[in-house]
Amino acid sequence: MTPGDLLAEGDYIAGENTYKENDKVYASRIGLVDYEDRKVNVVALRAFYIPRVGDTVIGTVVEVGFNGWTVDINSPYLALLRASDVLGRPFRPQKNDLSKVLDVGDLVIAKIIAYDRAHNPQLTVGEPGLGKITRGQVVKITPTKIPRVIGRKGSMISMIKQETGCHIILGHNGVILITGKRLEDEQLAMMAIHKIDEESHTSGLTDRVTQMIKNEKAKRKGGS
Amino acid sequence: MSQKVEKLIDKKGLRLDGRKPDELRPIKIEVGVLANADGSAYIQQGKNKILAAVYGPRELHPKHLALPDRTVLRCRYHMAPFSVQERKSPAPSRREIELSKVIREALEPSLFLEYYPRTAIDVFIEVLQADGGTRCASITAASLALADAGIPMRDLVVACAAGKVDHTIVLDLMDAEDKKGNADVPVALMPNLNAITLLQMDGNLSLEEFEKAVNLAIEGCKKIYAMQKEALRAKYVSIKEVEE
Amino acid sequence: MSSIVVRVKQKQIARLIAKGKRLDGRGLTDYREINVEQGVVERAEGSARVLLGKTEVMAGVKIEVGQPFSDTPNEGVLTVNAELVPLASPTFEPGPPDENSIELARVVDRGIRESKAIDLEKLCIEPGKKVFVVFVDVYVLNHDGNLIDASAMAALGALLNTKVFNYEYKDGEVKIKPGFTPLPLRKHPIAVTFAKINDTLVVDPWLEEERVMDARITLTIDDDGDICAIQKGGSGYFSQKQVLEAAKIAKEKAEEIRKKLKW
Repeated sequence: MTPGDLLAEGDYIAGENTYKENDKVYASRIGLVDYEDRKVNVVALRAFYIPRVGDTVIGTVVEVGFNGWTVDINSPYLALLRASDVLGRPFRPQKNDLSKVLDVGDLVIAKIIAYDRAHNPQLTVGEPGLGKITRGQVVKITPTKIPRVIGRKGSMISMIKQETGCHIILGHNGVILITGKRLEDEQLAMMAIHKIDEESHTSGLTDRVTQMIKNEKAKRKGGS
Repeated sequence: MSQKVEKLIDKKGLRLDGRKPDELRPIKIEVGVLANADGSAYIQQGKNKILAAVYGPRELHPKHLALPDRTVLRCRYHMAPFSVQERKSPAPSRREIELSKVIREALEPSLFLEYYPRTAIDVFIEVLQADGGTRCASITAASLALADAGIPMRDLVVACAAGKVDHTIVLDLMDAEDKKGNADVPVALMPNLNAITLLQMDGNLSLEEFEKAVNLAIEGCKKIYAMQKEALRAKYVSIKEVEE
Repeated sequence: MSSIVVRVKQKQIARLIAKGKRLDGRGLTDYREINVEQGVVERAEGSARVLLGKTEVMAGVKIEVGQPFSDTPNEGVLTVNAELVPLASPTFEPGPPDENSIELARVVDRGIRESKAIDLEKLCIEPGKKVFVVFVDVYVLNHDGNLIDASAMAALGALLNTKVFNYEYKDGEVKIKPGFTPLPLRKHPIAVTFAKINDTLVVDPWLEEERVMDARITLTIDDDGDICAIQKGGSGYFSQKQVLEAAKIAKEKAEEIRKKLKW
């Protein structure tokens, strides 16, 4: 489906990536149409991330300010992380140099605690599992494909973790963190994720990705 | 007349490049050609070679230019100095400024501007080689670039020109026909909504001729729209396997 | 412009138009009062001042001797420029011409050029070397809507008022002789602009209507009833039917205005 394609007429509800005008539901993004009862959705093949409160995101610090950091979360809007949130206590700008805590270029895993049309998204790292990222590889994919990386009942992501021995964190914003014992393991996981990103709309993907990983591992053993 | 009048349509009814009056030039479209841009598209229409790129939605700096309740759409139509016969200065000409405006106004109705307040969507069009009808080809490419960037749209926008040459209404004028012909009517259309988003004309047409030209241009638009969809499919949907 | 008072007025205008009426009592295809005064600037070779309702535009013509373009060695040169001077509106800022003044100039230019109103070949002094260059400068003095139509009328009024100095061409030099010749004008193109408000077309939008409109379309019609220029503007759209309807109405209105101004 491409933007402007007529998906349904009459008593239908406009779902994801669609819009309704004069009793007709049209697609608003490139994607595959999915009919759910009277609701019409389009699974977008190309979209960017719009922040949602409660989402876990992985971002890069782009600016150190007076009372916090500006973080790029792969979205049209830059996010703010307050110093008071990270330090867990009120702080004094002269005493605490914020760049020593988090500097430009650092990666963080955070959660979105606030976002509305008039304000940029606000982040927190005050929960277990959140905070500065010290090692690993970061991959960006279209956010709508994260569910495909997870797979049915987590089948795809568990398979990748098992086959590569890597720890993988999926940000809702399409940014994925892969931490493995060796760089080769991390790269193997990255290859798998890129394949999913490119072929997300096809079926039998889990098997093909498993096969690809197995072939790659065999190649590496065989080579030297 | 002091000059010899060159025939733009010969005895067989064919044009300078052998086309029939209602025939489009050969068109080739590719989507997603630039790695850095959020969305991009490349179009070849006859000798026209045009690249369109989209950045955004992204926050707008300086902040006072941003609108609190919607996106600002910015568009820059620019011709490369080597794109035309006589080298064109890289500085924006009055024509480029006017075209940037009308192209932006042709694309705006297709976007949901209220979705992303305080942001900007930038459309950059570079004409690498020009041979008439560049604003139409630019719009066709720019609309694909917007879709490629994942920006929600009401419809794609497609554009095509018709005109009058040697007393005949023709489709998709090339530069020689535009310069020596009697009229040029570029039209941009949102095909599923049948909405005209760009309409200009220069030359001389009676009301009946104008109606014919608009109809022909819209027919041309619909043919090019099929090519736009094909270009999107080629990029995004490979052969679907049978569901297990 | 987002004050509550403005929004209320906008809704009022839209509601009235849906019923076929306009806030200032005009019909949907009525022009405001038009007043044209010619010869208002004596130093210019030609000039005119147009009042279209409260919109005020002045145009001046200056003639110089210059070189022709390489692809039209036998023709004089026409160049149209427009200035949206800051005193005309709180929204105009000082500075180089922006996209609005450039569009305005080019649309006015198109009407004059494509209708072949000026016989440019008559402005040739020596082919390939010396021709008359006609500078038309449009100066918007007060913006109360529909700058295009007012500017086109002002430009045409100024051209009709223009006198070219007599000359003698000897040994590659142009020598000015006493006396003048009126500029050879053979057509009188008239621009007719429509605004689309809630799917209704209205002719000659004033400022408040322009603020509410989805889109505008201008059609320039010559004395034979042929269209010589069209420009759609604004971020909305038109249906094919609306475009053709506008063309029919524009043809009638252009004829009306030509009769009224005796052009």
